[in-house]
Amino acid sequence: MQTTSNVAELAAISKSMRRLVIEMITEAKSGHPGGSLSAVEILVTLFFDAMRHDPANPKWTDRDRFILSKGHCCPILYAVMAECGYCPKDQLNTLRKLGSIYQGHPDVRFLPALEASTGSLGQGLSLAIGMGLAARLDKSPSRTYVVLGDGEIQEGQIWEAAMFGGFHKLDNVVAIVDSNGIQLDGFVKDIMDESPLPDKWRSFGWHVIEVDGHDIAALQRAFAEAAATKGQPTVLIAHTVKGKGVSFMENNPKFHGTAPTVEEEARALAELA
Amino acid sequence: MPSKTKFELKPGLATREAFGKALAELGRVNPNVVVLDADLSKSTYTAEFGHAFPDRFFECGIAEANMVAIGAGLASAGKIPFASSFSVFLLNKGFEQLRVTAAYPNVNLKVVGTHSGISIGEDGPSQMSVEDLGLACSLPGFTVISPADEVSMMALVKRAAETFGPMFIRAGRVKVPVIYPSDQEFVIGKSIQLIDGSDVTLIATGLMVAESIRAAETLEAEGVSARVIDMHTIKPLDRDAITRAAADTGAIVVSEEHLLDGGLGVRVAQVVAQTHPAAMEFVGIDNTYAESATPDQLLDKYGLRATNVAAAARRAIARKR
Repeated sequence: MQTTSNVAELAAISKSMRRLVIEMITEAKSGHPGGSLSAVEILVTLFFDAMRHDPANPKWTDRDRFILSKGHCCPILYAVMAECGYCPKDQLNTLRKLGSIYQGHPDVRFLPALEASTGSLGQGLSLAIGMGLAARLDKSPSRTYVVLGDGEIQEGQIWEAAMFGGFHKLDNVVAIVDSNGIQLDGFVKDIMDESPLPDKWRSFGWHVIEVDGHDIAALQRAFAEAAATKGQPTVLIAHTVKGKGVSFMENNPKFHGTAPTVEEEARALAELA
Repeated sequence: MPSKTKFELKPGLATREAFGKALAELGRVNPNVVVLDADLSKSTYTAEFGHAFPDRFFECGIAEANMVAIGAGLASAGKIPFASSFSVFLLNKGFEQLRVTAAYPNVNLKVVGTHSGISIGEDGPSQMSVEDLGLACSLPGFTVISPADEVSMMALVKRAAETFGPMFIRAGRVKVPVIYPSDQEFVIGKSIQLIDGSDVTLIATGLMVAESIRAAETLEAEGVSARVIDMHTIKPLDRDAITRAAADTGAIVVSEEHLLDGGLGVRVAQVVAQTHPAAMEFVGIDNTYAESATPDQLLDKYGLRATNVAAAARRAIARKR
């Protein structure tokens, strides 16, 4: 697979991933474009630069692991995994259809290269911690990355896991909060304000890095800082824009869980040309 | 009348104690076995493993949901985790995690619930697990095991570690009689016929196995020949043994320290209805929560005794065609 640390190349991949997300969800006629688009640079920077992994050997014991805890945003995960060569790119248009390996939420039964089946919010950080503990026991260099939604972290289990990770100084686990500010019913600040979010994570023993989640160079620096941080786990609070890259989807709660129409698809793809 | 094996039910350990011993032995032979507990390790008896193998023991604090999902993460990365707590907390607080992180992706996680049933005694219903078999059996792909004594618990914990897949093992708080010789073989999914008989079959699990043996002795004195089967695996169920029992004896009593709704009884009845309809009776907890008292007082009051099993057998036999 192609890997690169070149920011311009990663930006070009990000744009093509956005196109795939729009095409997949339009074809499926349902899905979650907003939170897929907000996480594009995070996943692209991880899969094409920061993570040690090998699509030709997906069960390599010492690989870095990735969990999309906000499983509803799987279109961007499928697009990135297909681009890496884990799974066929020409089947991405079967998303959510009978028999597709691209299920409505990530499902290891259909796509064994996934690290976890997700979709019920709040579970991924605990899973990542279990994988981190296993790597520590095995003295493996494997690191585990988990992307959480900012709505998702309203789940209590996230804070049980945060307490555990901080207490056990699990420095091989990195959580990324895709802080796009919008959940299904509206804006996070109106539904269950989480501020001050960095202070909350810090008080649970985590090293906190606030980062522009669309600035690839900043994400690269943050992942490097996380890798260099010993004795505590790291969380990136990634400030993002829901629907990023498509003007009429940006910051629009409607596109949390609504597929674009064919006309909207055409407008979106024109913007992403 | 055929003469029966005379059982000498000697005093034994609680199944939770046997679980702890089995774990410690497993820890010595299998470096992949790891253990998680949620601040009850002195009660679940995982503490012995924790003292022997501190690096492989994870105290999760009072956070069962997180514990179950961390266990699933460890399993996904190749470990053989045993996560333990009181059954009532493990199954009720951890159910969603058992579903999404263990059953659905078919992960090699073992969960062991101690203090099952009402025989925990004085602590009362908030600590009593009477729905756990129903909950665990409802999870696709789960294996559900409910040993009757220390010998079967020790053996089945070891079988569980050797067998891939998500599993729930049910243990009790109170000491129970030893039923088996120490060299008895156990196979997950294959029940054990303890006494042969021709008039009625007493199928039981957990501490109701010893009660059913005593009931068979009472019935024998009345001239009734009762077969006794230890159904130590609730899922997958030993359909062959059940079908044979229905065909051979025409009457079946199923006994469990669990709610009648959703437990072993309804699962056995499903097999009997499909294969060889027979008169059936059920001994269990009837649509209620219990209360604080001594274990013996509770087993008496809620009808989980040999006398209740024998009475149920007489009712079933009376309805035989």
